[in-house]
Amino acid sequence: MLELEARAEPSRLMSYLSPLLAVVLMIAGGLLVFSALGKDPVEGFRIFFLNPVKDLYSVSELLLKATPLMLCAIGLAIGFRANVWNIGAEGQFMLGAVAATGVALHFDGSESALLLPAMIVAGALGGAAWAAIPALLRTRFNANEILVSLMLVYVAQLFVSWLVFGPWKDPDGFNFPQTKMFGDAALMPALLEGTRLHLGFALAIALLVAGYAFMNRSFAGFRMRVAGEAPEAARYAGFSATRMIWVGLLLGGAAAGLAGMSEVAGPMGQLTDKVASGYGFAAIIVAFVGRLNAFGILLASLLMALLYIGGEQAQQYLNLPSSISMVFQGMLLFFLLGSDVFINYRLRLRRRAT
Amino acid sequence: MRPRTSEPASFDDSVDAPTMSPNSAPPVPQPEPAAAPPRLRLQGIAKVYPSVTANDQVHLSVQPGEIRAILGENGAGKSTLMKIIYGVTRPSAGHLYWEGEEVQVESPAHARSLGIGMVFQHFSLFETLTVVENVALALPGKPALDELAQRITEVSERYGLPVDPRRHIHALSVGERQRVEIIRCLLQNPRLLIMDEPTSVLTPQAVRKLFETLRQLSAEGCSILYISHKLDEIQALCHTATVLRGGKVTGECIPAQETPASMARLMIGKELPQCEHGAAKTDGDVRLRLAGLSHACDDPFGTDLKDIHLDVRAGEIVGIAGVSGNGQQELLRAISGEDVLAEKFPVQICGVEAGRLSPGQRRKLGLAFVPEERLGRGAVPGMSLADNALLTAARNQSLLAAGFLRFNRARGFAQRCIDAFNVKCGGPGAAAKSLSGGNLQKFIVGREILQTPKLLVCAQPTWGVDVGAAAFIRQSLIDLRDRGCAVLVISEELDELFEICDRIAVIAKGRLSPTRPAAETTVEDIGVWMSGLWPGAEPTAPPSQPTHTESLHA
Amino acid sequence: MDASLFTSMLFATVVAGTPLIIVALGLLVSEKAGVLNLGAEGMMAMGAVAAFAITHHSGSPWLGVLAGMGAGMMMALIFGVLTLSLMANQVASGLALAIFGVGLAAFVGKPYEAVALQAVPPIRIPFIADLPLVGEALYNQQALVYFSWALFWGLLWFLYRSRAGLVLRAVGESPSSAHAIGYPVIRIRYLAVLFGGAMAGIGGAFLSVFYTPMWAEGMVAGRGWIALALVVFATWRPLRVMVGAYLFGGVMITQLFIQGSGLQIDFPSQLLSSLPYWATIVVLVVISRNINTIRLNSPISLGKPYRPDA
Repeated sequence: MLELEARAEPSRLMSYLSPLLAVVLMIAGGLLVFSALGKDPVEGFRIFFLNPVKDLYSVSELLLKATPLMLCAIGLAIGFRANVWNIGAEGQFMLGAVAATGVALHFDGSESALLLPAMIVAGALGGAAWAAIPALLRTRFNANEILVSLMLVYVAQLFVSWLVFGPWKDPDGFNFPQTKMFGDAALMPALLEGTRLHLGFALAIALLVAGYAFMNRSFAGFRMRVAGEAPEAARYAGFSATRMIWVGLLLGGAAAGLAGMSEVAGPMGQLTDKVASGYGFAAIIVAFVGRLNAFGILLASLLMALLYIGGEQAQQYLNLPSSISMVFQGMLLFFLLGSDVFINYRLRLRRRAT
Repeated sequence: MRPRTSEPASFDDSVDAPTMSPNSAPPVPQPEPAAAPPRLRLQGIAKVYPSVTANDQVHLSVQPGEIRAILGENGAGKSTLMKIIYGVTRPSAGHLYWEGEEVQVESPAHARSLGIGMVFQHFSLFETLTVVENVALALPGKPALDELAQRITEVSERYGLPVDPRRHIHALSVGERQRVEIIRCLLQNPRLLIMDEPTSVLTPQAVRKLFETLRQLSAEGCSILYISHKLDEIQALCHTATVLRGGKVTGECIPAQETPASMARLMIGKELPQCEHGAAKTDGDVRLRLAGLSHACDDPFGTDLKDIHLDVRAGEIVGIAGVSGNGQQELLRAISGEDVLAEKFPVQICGVEAGRLSPGQRRKLGLAFVPEERLGRGAVPGMSLADNALLTAARNQSLLAAGFLRFNRARGFAQRCIDAFNVKCGGPGAAAKSLSGGNLQKFIVGREILQTPKLLVCAQPTWGVDVGAAAFIRQSLIDLRDRGCAVLVISEELDELFEICDRIAVIAKGRLSPTRPAAETTVEDIGVWMSGLWPGAEPTAPPSQPTHTESLHA
Repeated sequence: MDASLFTSMLFATVVAGTPLIIVALGLLVSEKAGVLNLGAEGMMAMGAVAAFAITHHSGSPWLGVLAGMGAGMMMALIFGVLTLSLMANQVASGLALAIFGVGLAAFVGKPYEAVALQAVPPIRIPFIADLPLVGEALYNQQALVYFSWALFWGLLWFLYRSRAGLVLRAVGESPSSAHAIGYPVIRIRYLAVLFGGAMAGIGGAFLSVFYTPMWAEGMVAGRGWIALALVVFATWRPLRVMVGAYLFGGVMITQLFIQGSGLQIDFPSQLLSSLPYWATIVVLVVISRNINTIRLNSPISLGKPYRPDA
């Protein structure tokens, strides 16, 4: 009979291998899905996994897609390490986009070089403000931040919907739910000629580095890690739980808000009611698959971006709905959670004691 | 300690007839003649885990009506052995014979059906349920609750274990909960009762009552396995003893014929280390003053503190005795800063009113604290020793630079703790949970002591720690005192307190007794005080009922 | 307000509250055993899409409900394997299930987006339905509404009057003690989790087959999360779950009320639609304010992984 036996010490090897194992299992599962849907699995693999990286332009699209994921995920990871469960990144993303749009629309027509920095600040503040609600309710009233931040996602979506159908609707937009296009000064400058890759990507890399320094090298980051691993020890050491909840949620919100800003000021160039499209939730998966550390998040963002684009490719060439990406993303997370068991346990064939 | 003639322990594994010991029990009838098979026999039992061999070639034999001690220090394998007998775990090798026939005990339910009962050290009771419901859960079938309540009352009266079947467990004291555990076993008419460290939660008077119950059971033919590391209790109660060390049986003896020293030698393989006590100063400045400390506990299951007064001076060790659940946790949290008080003056550290200060601020005043729970509170299990040094020593050992961690200095400090306190581990990078209990405790104590505090507060400093490390820690506390520090020790082990403390007080139901010099106090006095009956004590108010109800309505 | 308006509001409230009751009661059982399954939204979504698809293909809404139940249980089984056998973190696994379930449902349900089902006629209980004011509202309802009431009474008996329920509560309070006494903790938790999944699936089926007989991506609209909040708000007691669910149902159809009452207030429809979510937040704050309320009532081992110590 197969049994799980506790290891004396967690296996370092497995903590690196486990995500790889999960990826392999996901690919295998995916090939099964393709077959079950009547598609040739090899063809499916090529279109889903290889098309997105076949040339420079495709790679730039990959990096572009990964940008909001990296931004959100590093903010979330800091909170998750401290057991602060910010599930509402999707909503904070939207509020950041709204804030940035507000600035862009208010100064519409301006050529000032300060407009873009102002939008960046607004995006971060908008996201942080939306995350401040669950922070306040958790610290003052003990309300569970998972449920509060999640409810606020639905509220945020409805708010955006109201804005783009109502007061911010583009008068020349044929009644589509969208705002005016932003002026040039309100758009992110391009990073690479001939691609859509923009400043947001550089911001994301910068934030990853900052996140790493914070988590692993600063005392504040240390305090958060202790609070997540051993809350009683944090109390014993005098680390303020309240402060950490605020830091975790505000940083997560600000990062998500930045991501929202970088979406509307990037290739989209406007606010629409489909602005978030699941990035906030995908970022949760990225944070876990990336093991809550900056380098892992970098890799995991690229992987998730691949899955997104793969889904779009599948829609175009395989006639499958693009929501197949979500199936792959979910499978990845499940397999990761499952293969993590081997870090602390090993498989044994158990025979009865004589 | 009562004097004994010292005779070498016997190493054969035949069972000796019980003998009478002068100061204790009334005569016990002889067990049935050796022609009848032993009630329980273990042969070659082994239990191997990946990281440790908990039991190795254990042989054991128990006759009907015999009270056999299983003696060994923490980590010797006693609990594992009992889990095997009770069916919680399966042995890796060996045979178990019950009343002559070989059996495999598949599960606790199976063990109970065979006639084996176990009273655990950490009670397996459900707080939100009543006594009757708890007992019902352990019985096979679906007993009618009213009839069961009746049976509970009968058994409790018969064996002197008063308990009200309708009360919820959370409203019972620790001693009462233990009675429920025992009654739960007795209702199944056990022929073998296993008691795992039963007296760690009892006052000395309650211990005596428990022993009467156990002797009554033994007289009725029930065999008892009594797990303990307390040598004087084993001498008072048990007919025979099997000694475990490092998972192996190192000897058997008749406690009545041994001295504590000889049994200790069997238990740890060498002489019991003694502490150099030395004399305390009496005129040091007051480092800790509790001035009428009262604090209502947030937790409805906790104990409120009432009007506590205490002074601890530099150069002395003050001990607070008490059975767990009388406010020790709350008192420690009020002193350490984990609970912030409404006012600042009730807790004064080195002359500063500290009641509203955080733990970090109190450490700046010179406080150091060794908590009761090593893993999860005193240290983060998954982090390295160097990281754990940062937990309390970050500021006063300059382990930070502009808010960033200085890894080299943290490692250096951790290494100093390891060297000074003889911590066996894989270096400063070893994870805290990879250390044994004794070594981790030494590291934590070392971490606090090496910060040269002015006031050190320790809770249960040697709980679950092997004898060698325990002696080392106690000596370190005495040395620290000699260097002019004030030390406060809160412990449930009376022996330890008498060994190292200069003055002793007792905490009972949230109140603190006056202190007395340890040399002028006896165990008896302490036992009486544990019931709150010290001179000048006010009659205590009836305990308030928490409002938790797992009730019979929606 | 006139009588017929009251009756129709009561009717609509009961209907809106029913899926919440079913899902929340299922979660309650799972949480009483100590397992926190945050994947309710995903289980509901899969239940909804499975029920819709099977109803469409088979013509029988009852087969659809069964299919929904099965889909919910399958999702719960994945969660159970991860958290009970592989000892993964319950919060992360529940989130994964929520994300995956909603995504998988969107994927599977794509072909059904334009399909319409025949509305299922309500079941009228004779005589009682003739009662003035409440008769038509309460007793001329869909079968699953009656099911939700039966579920409530059944759970009351199970949890507080049966031996199995006592064991379940014991497991939820202290799995290690239950194990020490000899109960199969993992097996009991699996059963509790699967029950939760089954109820979530049925709740989802109600939405797609009876409530609005259509399928659209995202139609569950957060009800799974609201059900989770409901269990907390009800401090893990079945009666309070019922009350809370109907309260929420009422909030959810506020839009209808305002239109029906003839008030000429021009609220943006999005604001009205966001009311249930604000209500959830308010309710969470109210119930969590006193830290002891949760501490005293929640199953003590809720959310903590149980490692059977071999």
